[in-house]
Amino acid sequence: MSRSLHPLRLGIAAFLAVTGAAVSARADDMPVIKVEMRDGVILPAVIEVPANMRFKLEISNTGQSPVEFESTELKREKALAAGSTSAIVFRTLDPGTYQVFDDFHPEAKATLVAK
Amino acid sequence: MIGAFIIAFREVIEAGLIISIVLAATRGIPGRMRWVLLGVVGGLAGAGLVALFAESISDAFEGSGQDILNAAVLIVAVLLLIWHNTWMSKHGKELAGELRAAGEAVRSGEREAAALSIVVGAAILREGAELVLFLYGLVASGTSGADIQFGAFAGIGAGILLSAVTYLGLASIPSRYVFSITSALIIFLAAGLASQAAQFLANAGVVDILGQTLWNSSGVIAENSWPGRVLHALVGYTDRPTALQGLVYVGTIAVMIGLMQWSSADKRPTVRTA
Repeated sequence: MSRSLHPLRLGIAAFLAVTGAAVSARADDMPVIKVEMRDGVILPAVIEVPANMRFKLEISNTGQSPVEFESTELKREKALAAGSTSAIVFRTLDPGTYQVFDDFHPEAKATLVAK
Repeated sequence: MIGAFIIAFREVIEAGLIISIVLAATRGIPGRMRWVLLGVVGGLAGAGLVALFAESISDAFEGSGQDILNAAVLIVAVLLLIWHNTWMSKHGKELAGELRAAGEAVRSGEREAAALSIVVGAAILREGAELVLFLYGLVASGTSGADIQFGAFAGIGAGILLSAVTYLGLASIPSRYVFSITSALIIFLAAGLASQAAQFLANAGVVDILGQTLWNSSGVIAENSWPGRVLHALVGYTDRPTALQGLVYVGTIAVMIGLMQWSSADKRPTVRTA
């Protein structure tokens, strides 16, 4: 906790968030977090992402059936055909734990942790 | 099989409820069925294209392409619904009565039906891309059994049936009241779509204000529960609305009521009857 509150880190995060939103930084600059979805399984079960900065969640459907990555808390959803990969760009996320699920496989759940 | 049934059913009623309200709201307008069918076909074709180009759409606008497309589709639908209600508050009485042949309503009615056919297309485009992906995936992968495919198609059939029942229920309302009821339904429908559009723009980073959550009612009605999903489709219910969504919701309602008042007051006395 004390680590993330370091003024320098906070400053850098804030700077990145501001420039990210205002100047819309190049897509290659942001961290990419990979998520794999396979026929009702979300990997990893705990998705760790950076808080308060722009990042890209790259979702691959490696299974045989279509999936839909969804989080009502994050107000995001993305449907993916079997074998396809797509990404969701997050501008900024408050530190915390968010529930995500596969809307096409109701038993598949994971948590997204921003810190 | 049950899983496939439920998913297909759910996706169909989300668009189906909007279509049944639009159909009830256009009662009495000549040629509306043709326009609504055109909207359905156009929406399905659009949904197929969106599903086909899902990846390139996602990558557009630095990863915000899908959000921006969704927002644009919703905004078009909202503007047309606002227009519809404004028009209806002027011509609704003529359509409800037997004065059709004389009314200006008939002449501008076709244009009105054309506008609503775009609303129908937008509703299907928005919800249908997911359904197309889901169904295509089931059929094309070849790994899913016949029972799952049967479940999905049974779900579509059941969704269409429920939408038809909703329409028939609305259509059985006496004509004196039907347009008041559909206008009220359309106000909330448009407000809900507008607040969803606002959230898509916020996700895309186009709007960067009022992002704080107003309340969390996920413990009362979760957005992904059955009641939550139906309320979401009908009135735009969301269990954690942002301040921006709340503002857009209330603002849309205020604008629509204001325009409807203005439009019905504007009615010229000569139109009354001959």
